[in-house]
Amino acid sequence: MILGLIIVAIAAPVLAPYPDDVTEFHPAERLMGPSVQHFFGTDRMGSDIFSRMLFGARITITIAVIAIGVSVLIGVPIGLLAGYYRNWVSDALMRVSDIFLAVPQIILAIAIAQTLGASIENVILALSATYWPFWARLVYAETRSALNEAYVEASIALGAKPLRVMVMHVLPNISSSIIVRTTIGMGGTILTAAALGFLGLGPPAPSPEWGRTIAESREFLPEAWWYATAPGIAIFLVVMGFNLLGDGLRDVLDPRTRRSTSD
Amino acid sequence: MRTLVLVINRLLWFVPTLVGLMIITFTISHIIPADPVAFFAGENATNEQIEELRARYGFDKPLHIQLINYLIGVTQGDLGVSIYTQRPISEDLLSRLPATMELTFMAVLLSTVVGIPLGVIAAVYRNTMFDHVLRVITVSGLAIASFWLAILFQLLFAMELQITPLQGRIDGWGPEVITGFFLIDSIIAGDLDSFTNAAAHLVLPTLTLAFPAMATIMRFTRAGVLDAINSNYVLYEQAMGFPSRIIIWKYVLRNALIGTVTQIGLVFGILIAGTVVVEAVYDWPGLGLYAVEAILNSDYNAIMGFTLITGAFFIIINLIVDIIQGVIDPRN
Repeated sequence: MILGLIIVAIAAPVLAPYPDDVTEFHPAERLMGPSVQHFFGTDRMGSDIFSRMLFGARITITIAVIAIGVSVLIGVPIGLLAGYYRNWVSDALMRVSDIFLAVPQIILAIAIAQTLGASIENVILALSATYWPFWARLVYAETRSALNEAYVEASIALGAKPLRVMVMHVLPNISSSIIVRTTIGMGGTILTAAALGFLGLGPPAPSPEWGRTIAESREFLPEAWWYATAPGIAIFLVVMGFNLLGDGLRDVLDPRTRRSTSD
Repeated sequence: MRTLVLVINRLLWFVPTLVGLMIITFTISHIIPADPVAFFAGENATNEQIEELRARYGFDKPLHIQLINYLIGVTQGDLGVSIYTQRPISEDLLSRLPATMELTFMAVLLSTVVGIPLGVIAAVYRNTMFDHVLRVITVSGLAIASFWLAILFQLLFAMELQITPLQGRIDGWGPEVITGFFLIDSIIAGDLDSFTNAAAHLVLPTLTLAFPAMATIMRFTRAGVLDAINSNYVLYEQAMGFPSRIIIWKYVLRNALIGTVTQIGLVFGILIAGTVVVEAVYDWPGLGLYAVEAILNSDYNAIMGFTLITGAFFIIINLIVDIIQGVIDPRN
């Protein structure tokens, strides 16, 4: 499913029956139901919803990948440093991430996205700023427990420098948890990004972003039911895909937790 | 003794965490060039008028002075004045609180009353058809966008079948405000029409809000019960010939539910985040809708007040959960 999404996102211009409909309008064909010409019907501008969905996948993937990438790049080093050293700096770092975790992510993200203005870049910025503490917390906890392992103690006893211990010994051994968290985090990020788009804080019109499309469709209910349905199903399938992939990866990579969380 | 240390430790961190939260929201809401006063004053305002407004709301002072003034105000219960509604934020938030509390309470009730038993049943009858159906529901609950679910519910129940109201909290003015909870107020007033009307308006928002929370509760209950069923003490009891009903009720559930209790903090997080979007779709006049309105109006004080109150509430919930966990689970 995830593979399918990536293929769809890359090949959107080829797969879409009406690739120009992202920016071109056909008022004569507005709000037509699903048909052979338009699988998911047409929207308020007469554009093909199926084509716009495919291009929407690009936006979603871009936002999620970059936002999560930045979160990992910020969160993992902070977690490693705070976990390795035991001083006031590591306490302070963890306190700051606790404060970020104290408010539901969407609320901080809404506040940031609003103050910065509606655009793809700002959605990414808002999501990165609110999601990094998850990785900091996780890596911190895993690093602390890895430090008690014999192989880490041995490398420290042999005189390895802190950076070497962190990157060469601790990081590879906690990478499976990071990968699992990252996969599941993608699902959550996509949901939050769609909610931002729905509230009008995502990329502005005529962007085919899925959340925005759902918001646009509301004034045409109940007649144009297909308008709201297609993007919602797209979000649902993609998020579910990432969640299931995350569960599956956990089973494969981390057998310790298999029994308690996945089945 | 260890529990006491834990409680004191958590309480000591409570205030610094809140102050940190304020600093973060303050920074976020003041870092940008947009000028709320100019926005509020309108296009025809003269420069003098804008300057006067700016002075009145304290926007003319340096940022760190504004922050300190804000912090001092908060300790006295003053969250500032909304530049949009022109009322004190604390009053605004208080007047909106009951609507959100009523909705959230119903959602917590529904998701636990449905989620816990279903989770237990799924674990006891694991890998049966029933378990698989429930697993599909759980996976869906965590993947569905609540604003989309809300719209689908509106489309089906309010527009097509017309068995529930489309949006809002009640038709007309509602019962006389005593507690602010319409269900309770209408009972006190003996007003049956208001009660059924308010209840009908509650159905769709509650269902929407409760769905992801229920999925989470079900998932953790099932995992907890399974862990308990697979444990050595249950194996021992089975070997001793206890009937399985007694084992489940007496030994498994008690241990499994400890795990569920610790997830309540997580569930509240889901619910608080959910109210923002769900209230926006159903036009439910609570805190979430207030926050969305404040954001769209660049009403910084109101955004900060909302974030602060929500954060404080969330921190308190987690504090209570930690304490409960410390008390009922002596192993930690």
